Amino acid sequence: MWKLTSDWAIEAKGLVKIFGDNRAVDGVDLQVRAGTIYGVLGPNGAGKTTTVKMLATLLRPDGGSARIFGYDVAKEPQIVRQLIGVTGQYASVDESLTALENLIIFSRLLGLSRTEARRKAMELLEEFGLTEAAKRPLKHFSGGMRRRLDLAASLIAQPPLIFLDEPTTGLDPRTRNQMWDTIRRLVNMGSTVLLTTQYLQEADELADRIAVIDRGRVVAEGTADELKTSIGNSSLQLKIDNPQHVEMARQTVERVLSARANVSSDTGKITAPMADADKVTDLLIALREANIQLAELSVQKPTLDEVFLAITGHGVKGEESA
Amino acid sequence: MNHTVNRELKNYTSFRQTVQQTFTMAYRSLLKVRRTPEQLFDVTFQPIIFTLMFTYIFGGAIAGNVHNYLPMIIPGILVQTLIGASVASGVQLRDDMDKGVFDRFKSLPIARIAPLAGALLADTVRYTIATVLTFTMGYVIGYRPEGGMTSVAFAAVFAIGCAWAVSWIFAFFGVTARNAASVQGISMLALFPLMFLSNAFVPVKTMPDWLQWFANINPISHMITAVRELTNHGTIGSDFAISLLGAAVIVAIFAPITVRVYMRRA
Repeated sequence: MWKLTSDWAIEAKGLVKIFGDNRAVDGVDLQVRAGTIYGVLGPNGAGKTTTVKMLATLLRPDGGSARIFGYDVAKEPQIVRQLIGVTGQYASVDESLTALENLIIFSRLLGLSRTEARRKAMELLEEFGLTEAAKRPLKHFSGGMRRRLDLAASLIAQPPLIFLDEPTTGLDPRTRNQMWDTIRRLVNMGSTVLLTTQYLQEADELADRIAVIDRGRVVAEGTADELKTSIGNSSLQLKIDNPQHVEMARQTVERVLSARANVSSDTGKITAPMADADKVTDLLIALREANIQLAELSVQKPTLDEVFLAITGHGVKGEESA
Repeated sequence: MNHTVNRELKNYTSFRQTVQQTFTMAYRSLLKVRRTPEQLFDVTFQPIIFTLMFTYIFGGAIAGNVHNYLPMIIPGILVQTLIGASVASGVQLRDDMDKGVFDRFKSLPIARIAPLAGALLADTVRYTIATVLTFTMGYVIGYRPEGGMTSVAFAAVFAIGCAWAVSWIFAFFGVTARNAASVQGISMLALFPLMFLSNAFVPVKTMPDWLQWFANINPISHMITAVRELTNHGTIGSDFAISLLGAAVIVAIFAPITVRVYMRRA
């Protein structure tokens, strides 16, 4: 047994990656304590995948440094690779082979003997509920099955640190919940998990600490509770009866709730973070006094959009390449 | 269990591990061939069709009759088919590298050369199929190598070895090119003049002087001559030594730079 002395599974300082003239990652700092789940939250194109690739030795950083359990990713990549498992955004398994063959080949590459490799592969297929599909080519696998196989492949060597890059993007809710259970189980067995996600709810459910990343930078970091307090637990949505009153209503909302409010251009709805539900009473009174008629009022749990609005001052941009 | 790993941590891969990982990668490639047998078209149909075509079209014109042409053309077609098949190795490697599974190979603590060397090693199986078919076709239409069976087998191993060495060149094209189609394009452009400006199909002395000069220094001519000497006379000459030396130089240059480029293009 080899004892890992570092308390920190990941220590990254000022990581930079430049593609052409695009600073995809622009000085990211991360500190992940061993034995925890760490969430990296951000929209498409924020630099999450690039950051993970640098930490997993798949990309060489253009600046800054990173250590995995104290081992430098640039200087000791082969040691780092013995400590990590990577599950990518796109299943990194062999399409033309069966699930069993995939796992056996990865096991053999990791130094297991023929019999050990087969035993390990069967064990993982069983654990991930893929036994029945073991001998089918992956072409016929559903998205969820592929992800599960991909995760299984990352666990062969029981790595102390596992990177999960958007493990649930594109999965249906039931499969997503299964994935969450699996991730929790991993941490109970002593692993450290770094997961990237676009969904606040996912980070909230799983992560001990969260870093919000935008345009290649960490814009906020803390526990889920800390982040939520900073942006308000929920958001308030108002629809004003008379479109001409919208601007005045927005100013009232900002004044009373002392938070930034956003007006949706197509629906005309006003959205603002609601830290203290009690203040809504004040707001409604203020609106009545200003003679502004409400058409609709609703309260929403925070979405990534609001986290972004609150932290960065701009909303989540549309579809961008990751 | 917390914070521990079940093995010693080293920042390098031993030679034994590298060999074992290469064989595992080769096993993977062979499994893929079994799933997609279309990949074997070039090494099955080409030797059969080319042997028949070239022999019956050129035999009379070049050697007086088909039978006398066989000792000359069979080694020529063998080398042509094998070098052509080594181009396909580069194309398939490029195709394979575009798939997500190569990301995983890169993240595993395995020798960096293993995924490349494994794929190329597996391709020697394809070369063997091509070699066996070429000699069998030759036998069917009347080729009786005077060097004897042992020499033919030896020539086969020699030719397959050279093709493996040459495949590193196309593997290099494979890792540098943008996509599989461009690998095919670049490789064929380089290959066609080399193939035809050689002693593969006609005696060099029938060519103009300046062309003779090129045909004589063409490495493919040396390979073909070495195969001919073995199969037809059972002898080993300077062409054999030159070919092996050339093969060694190719591997020594292209294997390291291919791995380097492969690593950089993560």
